Amino acid sequence: MVKQGTYRVKTGLAEMLKGGVIMDVTNAEQAKIAEDAGAVAVMALERVPADIRAAGGVARMADPTIIEEIMNVVTIPVMAKVRIGHFVEAQILESLGVDFIDESEVLTPADEEHHINKWDFKIPFVCGARNLGEALRRIGEGAAMIRTKGEAGTGNVVEAVRHMRLIMNEARRLKNLREDELMTAAKELQAPYELVCQVAKSGKLTVVNFAAGGIATPADAALMMQLGADGVFVGSGIFKSENPAVMARAIVEATTHYNDPEVLANVSRKLGKAMAGLEISQIGEEDLLQFRGW
Amino acid sequence: MNIGVLALQGAVREHIQMIERCKARGISIKRPHELSLIDALIIPGGESTTIDKLMEKYNFVETIRKLNADGLPVYGTCAGLILLAKKITEGTQPLLKLMDIEVKRNAFGRQRESFEADLDISELGSRSYKGVFIRAPWIESVGQGVTVMAKFDGKIIMARQDKLLVSAFHPELTGDCRIHEYFIERFVKQGC
Repeated sequence: MVKQGTYRVKTGLAEMLKGGVIMDVTNAEQAKIAEDAGAVAVMALERVPADIRAAGGVARMADPTIIEEIMNVVTIPVMAKVRIGHFVEAQILESLGVDFIDESEVLTPADEEHHINKWDFKIPFVCGARNLGEALRRIGEGAAMIRTKGEAGTGNVVEAVRHMRLIMNEARRLKNLREDELMTAAKELQAPYELVCQVAKSGKLTVVNFAAGGIATPADAALMMQLGADGVFVGSGIFKSENPAVMARAIVEATTHYNDPEVLANVSRKLGKAMAGLEISQIGEEDLLQFRGW
Repeated sequence: MNIGVLALQGAVREHIQMIERCKARGISIKRPHELSLIDALIIPGGESTTIDKLMEKYNFVETIRKLNADGLPVYGTCAGLILLAKKITEGTQPLLKLMDIEVKRNAFGRQRESFEADLDISELGSRSYKGVFIRAPWIESVGQGVTVMAKFDGKIIMARQDKLLVSAFHPELTGDCRIHEYFIERFVKQGC
């Protein structure tokens, strides 16, 4: 019997992306540059997060034409973003045949209470999380992959570091609890009990966990990998840098050889200017994207 | 016995877990000099274009070709199958060019079409094997020295030739060790 869209097939694609870099692209030409640099997937969108931040207004799913143009020029998987809770945007992306949907805080939320029921779809979802409870709620809704939220479009890795450390730390803590303490832990984390029990057993998330939000250099990528990320998303960091093709290749190599300072030193040379970057404290609380999502 | 898993990108951990369940030692390989430590190599699933570029950049291509010619068994799953093929129907041509097969990338479709199915693989016995196919390739045609081991829907999805074994699906995602055991038993211990 043939079964499509099973959870194993969904989480399986996430497993295949491990150790790789997923790059934001806004057109076919950028998608080709990303693929040639060794990206494991591209995220098709209308504007990179730094431009979404600058433009303001409501940010929505990209025009299907752009997504299809990108799907036509690369053989690697193509992802695209939908607004939090906007299941119709997700239905549209599924009909286009994108390989992964990112229910993303980078776009303006469409629902301030509910996320998408991701079990309804045949294609897998990735969702952002700042802590273990949030990650497990998303997995409970059917997410096949988690990424840190970080603070997208800033070129500042500090929030991604905070979120990755917290998720790993909370998972390790669960592993040290007695079985009769797990229900209270689930209550405190506001997470499904069954998933809390699974994390307590293995000491890590039940799905692949990537770093995202503010990664701008090869060293940033390697830092996230050493902190326990399974791979990285780079949004504005590539096409907002001075030399995108060179930066992209360097980040790919740094993600593979994250434990080898000699390689990291080599790939960090002569990259040109990284994206300018933003100090988090200079962004107003209401403009922080990471607090979107529930 | 040491079985290396090429750890440039992809599902490395899952293969290492399977190898260890087969009572062998799994070693992740990031640099070519580490290949001298191993008795066999697995090229895992992942993105074939990514792994191919990193193999070239970090000088794996000639070393793996030479070691295979000298008898190192190599097993490729999904992206690994693409990377071992002599020819790809379209798109980037991988560099190893070891196995006399022509392969079509993403032949079963995109992620929406990814699937699980029960496979008959006669060399593994009569019990069916759960095949997990993710944006999977298939083998369009094989050369003379290649033995077809399994088909699905009329398409070749598993084959072997001399010291090479390939599958279009992912045994490392199933918990069923029979293919890893087969590889170790037939290709490493018995030397084919």
